[in-house]
Amino acid sequence: MVSTPSAAVPGGTMPSAASSGDAWRSILRIGLAGTVVGVYLALVGIVPVFDKRPIVAGVVSFGQISALLTLTAAGLLAARQAQSDRLAVAYGGLAGAVAGSGLSLLVLVGQVIDLRGLTINAGPDLYALLTAGLGPAGFWFPVVLGLAVGLLGGVLGIVPATPRLALGYGLVGILVLGLFAGLLRTPMIAGGLGPLARSLFASDGLTPLGAVLTFVVVAGYVVLARALELRARYAAMAPARRRALVLPSAVIGLLLVVLAPHILGPFVAHVVALVALYVLLGFGLNITLGLAGLLDLGFVAFFGVGAYTVALLTSIGPLGIAHWPFWAAVPIAVVLAMAFGGFLGLPILGIRGDYLAIATLGFGEIIRILAGSDLLKGILGGPQGITNIPKPIELPPDHPLFGPNQIYYMALVFAAIVAFVAYRLRESRIGRAWMAIREDEDVAEALGVNLVQTKLLAYMLGAAFAGLGGAVFAALVGSIFASSLTVFVSINVAALIIVGGMGSNPGVVLGAIFLIGVPELFREFEEYRFLFYGVALIAVMRFRPEGLLPSKITRRELHTVEELAEEVAEPAVDVELVGEAAEARGSEAG
Amino acid sequence: MYTSRIERTIDAAIAAFLWGFRIVVILVVVVGSLLTLQGGRYSGDTWLRLVIDGITLGSVYSLIALGYTMVYGILRMINFAHGDIFMAGAFGGYFVAAYFNRSGFLNAGLIPTFLSIGLMIVVAMIVSTVIAVLMERVAYRPLRNAPRLVPLITAIGASFFLEYSFRGFFGPGIYAYPSISILQEQILPGIIRFRLIDAVVIGAALLMMLGLYLFVTRTKVGTAMRAVSEDMATASLMGIDVDRIIVTTFAIGAAMAGAAGVLYGLMFTQVYFFTGFIPGIKAFTAAVLGGIGNIPGAMVGGLFLGLAESIGPILFLDGLNVPSPNQLKDVIAFTMLVLILIFRPSGILGERLAVKRA
Repeated sequence: MVSTPSAAVPGGTMPSAASSGDAWRSILRIGLAGTVVGVYLALVGIVPVFDKRPIVAGVVSFGQISALLTLTAAGLLAARQAQSDRLAVAYGGLAGAVAGSGLSLLVLVGQVIDLRGLTINAGPDLYALLTAGLGPAGFWFPVVLGLAVGLLGGVLGIVPATPRLALGYGLVGILVLGLFAGLLRTPMIAGGLGPLARSLFASDGLTPLGAVLTFVVVAGYVVLARALELRARYAAMAPARRRALVLPSAVIGLLLVVLAPHILGPFVAHVVALVALYVLLGFGLNITLGLAGLLDLGFVAFFGVGAYTVALLTSIGPLGIAHWPFWAAVPIAVVLAMAFGGFLGLPILGIRGDYLAIATLGFGEIIRILAGSDLLKGILGGPQGITNIPKPIELPPDHPLFGPNQIYYMALVFAAIVAFVAYRLRESRIGRAWMAIREDEDVAEALGVNLVQTKLLAYMLGAAFAGLGGAVFAALVGSIFASSLTVFVSINVAALIIVGGMGSNPGVVLGAIFLIGVPELFREFEEYRFLFYGVALIAVMRFRPEGLLPSKITRRELHTVEELAEEVAEPAVDVELVGEAAEARGSEAG
Repeated sequence: MYTSRIERTIDAAIAAFLWGFRIVVILVVVVGSLLTLQGGRYSGDTWLRLVIDGITLGSVYSLIALGYTMVYGILRMINFAHGDIFMAGAFGGYFVAAYFNRSGFLNAGLIPTFLSIGLMIVVAMIVSTVIAVLMERVAYRPLRNAPRLVPLITAIGASFFLEYSFRGFFGPGIYAYPSISILQEQILPGIIRFRLIDAVVIGAALLMMLGLYLFVTRTKVGTAMRAVSEDMATASLMGIDVDRIIVTTFAIGAAMAGAAGVLYGLMFTQVYFFTGFIPGIKAFTAAVLGGIGNIPGAMVGGLFLGLAESIGPILFLDGLNVPSPNQLKDVIAFTMLVLILIFRPSGILGERLAVKRA
């Protein structure tokens, strides 16, 4: 560092030439990282595909925001490198311009070489989008935009916390409300709020008026909350008064959860039913993964056992063997899945954690292949699967519990039961044994924990709840195919637990809403769902291995006392993540 | 240590179950094989053909397995994204092949074909290596001292990130490798059915494995790699730059996987964003079979798995009257993984790493 050659540094007016060289280099590095991310987002299709979803109608789309965020982030990060405020803004602008130059280069290269032969997203449409419709002649546009937005990022880096947070939360508010605008508009119009809905929401995204209003409300709330020190006041409140505040919001939240499918229409009803199903699965896997630390990537095997059991026992199609009612089939499905868990778990539970993940992954594939094979075709229907699975309660279409709604409530009730069981188990002797194994197998064994039996119990319980989830799934979809049992089911559940927070039930709910619900609601997200999972898993493991809403114990384990103390001192570390978490809590609690 | 009678009973039941499991597996294998051979529905020629197929496929598995085994040997980490590094190589090779196909060079004779294949392999190796080195730098290096599940989950994340990035870049469709007619010709007509492609795949794989073996055993960097895998702390005290050795390991493993990607593409003539998933898991199985952390083990394990997958379905299952046994070849591969973990967790040639309490 000391030996940095400063000769190549232009404009070395800084007090020390060496440190200014470092600063230039880090600006360049941040800018280049921004370049890579920007070009990646453009070519992987996120910018062009998400461009079809407006956030503020006629003004800005989600695709444009994804590019803008990259440039702003480059500016913000570069500004942090500066020693003085004026420099910070300049650094920000510079890094933003460097980041934008990658997109300019992409447009220019696209004129010389036909990139369409190489990637499917390059082409005139993308170039037009990147140059604000100017086409090849406007290749300079990304650089200028980067400069402007980078300057803004630099300014953001130096302003005091209150305006920064207000601006950040306000923009996040616009983003979130803009995404959900279409969903909110329909029920508002149906509920007689037509004029209001139309002035706030376009058919997709907010109207400009709606965006401004959203920003003012959210930013105003942030400014007010910080001025009045609401958080500190709440903390200082007497427990009784606090309860008086919490109870009504809990009741409203519960009411919203119960009424959600009715307010938001049949499409959303199906999605929330799916989210509830994944919450149920997540609670189940949380015992295996969160408490006992066994990474089970073959969760889908037991899900499949449960689903096929219910299908066989209740189907009114040709493959149904008993025509039982759903409620009689569920216990059988759970018991069978549990037995399967024991059967598959026994041979492999002696092996170490990371091997277990791959071995269970293999099990999941084995079950899927067997279910679709000719060998079991006579029983399980092969690729055609088993169809005509009746709903648990047959109802006329206008009944409030018709279709996915009853599955939603059923899944919620089951999830509550699983959460209760998990909670009671965690506080018990076996729960402590699980956590001991998770932390250190050798020590646990030395303390008298029977490793194989304790792990087996965790594995079988997880399997049982997976079977329950499978039963609910069969009833929800009405049919079950071998192709429904892909490894993605296991990955979905594991990802939502890990991102939400291992061992934490609120984390599972948050994870299910974000990783299952949001991609189901928006078709564009669906295509990039697993890309997002990948990024989320890497980022969570890197920056927040305890997950977004961790349980207290995991949090204590993964951070030192000093780190925790630091976080208490400065609670909002990551504006966007915390904003999302707050939004999720808000949507739960009303 | 106090154990209750119930616990002891359960333990005994577990042991009995495991023995029953072993006996059932052996019965299926022995009875199935005997019945198939007795049935005599398959000629010696067919068996020979299956063996050649198995060796060809197995050498590709071996090449991929090397990357798993080398990284595991040093970091004790399963690089779940290794299968996708392999897929990236297959894509890289595809674009070179498509280019030469358009220019007509690809099918212009024996030497141009071989030159093109050579270049495909080189490009694939470069693509895979660059991605793997970036991945190590961005995702894995910050987690060097994290608990064991953390790097594994990161690797799963990296795997999905790579797969769906490629899906974003190139779309969900299947890219067909251009056909190279010369590769389908028999080189030993009248003796056995042995196509040129089989020779190319086996030859290229053997050559690369030999090169790797010499590199690891004869060069200074190879010695450093072995030292780091033996004991990282001591190696770093001896003046070895551990970070550089780890990057080198990732790069070499990725280069092998990239080459395997091209060979796989030539064999199965197609590639898409999910191509790497199943071969990746199978190559991991091969690495475990041979003994993870052990380079010759990965080679042996790959061949063994390839043979089992090629011959197994017919040999074990056809005699038992299982319909369309070839559907179940993946089941055989994954069952082998589980079996090897029960019977001999150290693998065929390996150290005892799979079971913590050896």
